[in-house]
Amino acid sequence: MEILRKLEILADAAKYDASCSSSGTRSRHSLGGKGVGSSEGSGICHAYAPDGRCISLLKILLTNFCIYECSYCINRNSSGVQRARFTVDEVVRLTLDFYKRNYIEGLFLSSGVIQSPDYTMAQLVEVARQLRRDHDFRGYIHLKTIPDADGELLAEAGRFADRLSINVELPTQIALDDLAPEKDHRTIKLSMARIRARQDEDAEQRRAARRVTSLSPKPRTLPRFAPAGQSTQMIVGAEPSTDAQILSTTAQLYSSYKLKRVYFSAFSPIADASSKLPARRTPLMREHRLYQSDWLIRFYGYGHEEITAGSDDTAAAGMLDLDVDPKLGWALRNRGFFPVDLNRASREQLLRVPGLGVKSVNKLLKIRRWQKIRLEDLVALKAGVKKAMPFIVCANHHPGLQETPSALLRARFAPPTVAQQAFDF
Amino acid sequence: MDRQPSLFGEAETASTQVVARFAPHFDAWKVQARRLLSDETSPEHVWWEADGERAAVSPPAEPASTPRVPKAFVNMARAASCHRSEDRWALLYTVLWRITHGERHLMQLGGDPDVARLTRYAKAVRRDVHKMKAFVRFRAVLEPDSEDCEPRYVAWFEPEHGIVEYASGFFKRRFANMRWSILTPMGCAHWEGAGEVWFSAAVDKGAAPRGDALEDAWRIYYRSIFNPARVKIRAMQSEMPQKYWKNMPEAHLIPALIRDADRRVADMERQTREQDAPRCGPRPASPDTENAAAIARATPASIERLALQAKTCRNCALWQPATQTVFGEGPSDARIMLVGEQPGDHEDLSGRPFVGPAGQLLDRALADAGLERERLYLTNTVKHFKFDSRGKTRLHSTPDDTEVRACKPWLDSEIGLVDPELVICLGATAARALLGRAARVTRDRGRPIAWQDRRYLLTVHPSYLLRRGHAAANAPDYRRFVSDLSQALRWSA
Repeated sequence: MEILRKLEILADAAKYDASCSSSGTRSRHSLGGKGVGSSEGSGICHAYAPDGRCISLLKILLTNFCIYECSYCINRNSSGVQRARFTVDEVVRLTLDFYKRNYIEGLFLSSGVIQSPDYTMAQLVEVARQLRRDHDFRGYIHLKTIPDADGELLAEAGRFADRLSINVELPTQIALDDLAPEKDHRTIKLSMARIRARQDEDAEQRRAARRVTSLSPKPRTLPRFAPAGQSTQMIVGAEPSTDAQILSTTAQLYSSYKLKRVYFSAFSPIADASSKLPARRTPLMREHRLYQSDWLIRFYGYGHEEITAGSDDTAAAGMLDLDVDPKLGWALRNRGFFPVDLNRASREQLLRVPGLGVKSVNKLLKIRRWQKIRLEDLVALKAGVKKAMPFIVCANHHPGLQETPSALLRARFAPPTVAQQAFDF
Repeated sequence: MDRQPSLFGEAETASTQVVARFAPHFDAWKVQARRLLSDETSPEHVWWEADGERAAVSPPAEPASTPRVPKAFVNMARAASCHRSEDRWALLYTVLWRITHGERHLMQLGGDPDVARLTRYAKAVRRDVHKMKAFVRFRAVLEPDSEDCEPRYVAWFEPEHGIVEYASGFFKRRFANMRWSILTPMGCAHWEGAGEVWFSAAVDKGAAPRGDALEDAWRIYYRSIFNPARVKIRAMQSEMPQKYWKNMPEAHLIPALIRDADRRVADMERQTREQDAPRCGPRPASPDTENAAAIARATPASIERLALQAKTCRNCALWQPATQTVFGEGPSDARIMLVGEQPGDHEDLSGRPFVGPAGQLLDRALADAGLERERLYLTNTVKHFKFDSRGKTRLHSTPDDTEVRACKPWLDSEIGLVDPELVICLGATAARALLGRAARVTRDRGRPIAWQDRRYLLTVHPSYLLRRGHAAANAPDYRRFVSDLSQALRWSA
């Protein structure tokens, strides 16, 4: 098969993986006459597809042949899609050629499972090994690890890759039992646990090296195990799990395996789909609200259970409000927490004010050391002033003695019904 | 205006106004700004004229006193100086003046109009730089006179601000071992594979190569990675504004991709079907089936078999958040069995009991008490880790009665199979599970209790010592713990 045809099939098969992140690894460059490429702090999105997703890596499968039968997956064993398989050399060449033209800043390689988990994993590792060892490639490599693959292979993968990931696929084991009979959370979590244990070991070695600074090896020169950490993905809306369940699983995954990211992928129809799946796609807004909640958990100090707690019908069903963002939703349900005085409140309190992001809060705290905060400061910082006003007190603003009812505020910020329809087609 | 030669070199004064003439470059501005500052010329009296041709060629010597300014200002000023607006130089000087005249903290006042504008300029420039890093598309060109037959990689890019030099460092670090040129209408940057990046005058688009054989592959990739079921045009455009599209080989596919998306999705939604025969070979057994087979192979009534059975236990809700069942381990004919509360973070990850900090403390105490861990059977009352998630850590949470009861059959079977002479209960959870609610560790610790044909010894859980910070070898609590454990030697002998 011609390589361009393979590229078409194996990129199409890879597009259901949401992650394309290329950030957070150690800095490298190729000055000094050796190597190909570099990695610097924040990732670069080299293009955007009309689905709004960033393209920073060459995201492909090594093969879409697969012995597993996961109903939600386009590559499942019984699917009628056309199959293809890259050779290791083809992937290496394509990566380098794209990289040198600045189309991408690395490779995200995944694969269907062929023969056995170990065999498949060994193939993935071989691509990474050739890129790093034979071509001295210093760009980003993300390898999808195969659940159940041998620990030694996992260790080797972590030596060459910046990031490792393994998808939990669905929010609960019960859902997985039904839709992906060959997979289970236990095996998947065990792989995550092994990656975390390796990283802890790695961190401990570097700490030890720092303690004896006069001795080599210096912490900087020690090889790092998957320096950009591990991530995972779950499909949302392919089965009846609630947002509360999804967020609870998410919080457990972050705390248990120190994941860098949990990605959500709204279920969308695939070619030649199984009849076990819902016929309609999940609204993208649901995925968006989950990401917002994920942010609240990681950067704003919210507990996962707070976000979905509430007495109205949506919350009682364990679902997030699609019309207003979860932070505003929490504020509307907890009016007793407000108004927050911008000139006195703690950082934790400020972070709960709708319209204020982490950056705005940090800037407000700096300003506050020198002068009283006024509404004009919020405008200059480009914070969400309109959203914040009902919830704050500052030098020249007070929301007034008569509190605006939450229902009225909600109506003010929720999109009009027409817009909602337009969104959902 | 009647201009006179100024006191400081090529800057000229017009009565009260000073004209600072300099090459439009941050370093040249810096030299001028330092002079003006040392002369106490306030911003409203300076007229900034960025003019490359008429500016002084050689940079004059540094003035004696260099004003110290916060790094945040220098970084932001360097970026903002690339902004295309005419007033940027005056703004830089205004902010510098204010910082050096009583407002050293100025950069911290994000709401100040000058700082806000400076921030806006710097942000716009950094965004432009970011987009340049992202959207430059190199085309390989074979140079007939090159010795190594390696192509030169040439790109055409149209930035919004004067960023070619500011952004060139990235391309140097990333493509250090290639020869490349980036041509823009605001000047060009070139790299020869070593040395320094060199710059040349602006050219027009005609000077850039027209294509590259690999662009077909890139377009195929771009088309295939797009998911038609989730069209988000505004999200794409806000990150990849249309003004960049004309120089990106993949961008002309966009209208057709959007146009056909709905039809493609409708086609997919129509065709679903029942599962049929495997097409990629026989399906592997499910993990549960494999485990069931392993159970069947194991010796009946053995600890090994019990552990396999416990792997898939769902008797209470704890199995779901936990990683795995942590079953007991040790010789099946051990004379002493140790029962803790539940696995912790480390145990949950590794699948073995007592390997975390509390386990290490237990190891030390066992050694001090003269007991060999290898000869003991160690297990927990509850076999799954119960925790609360807090960011990237898990906080231990005490199992409640229902969870203890749900797990009790496993513990009973372990005790039944190992049939130890003595069971040591570490902490209240284990004591209550085995001896009933009346058991009190603080009251009954360190002495043997006979209960239903078996002897028990109660003591605290090692994590209790860790919590109280009494883990040191000479801490009274630790010594008492060791002394409790050493009773075992006497009672199991």
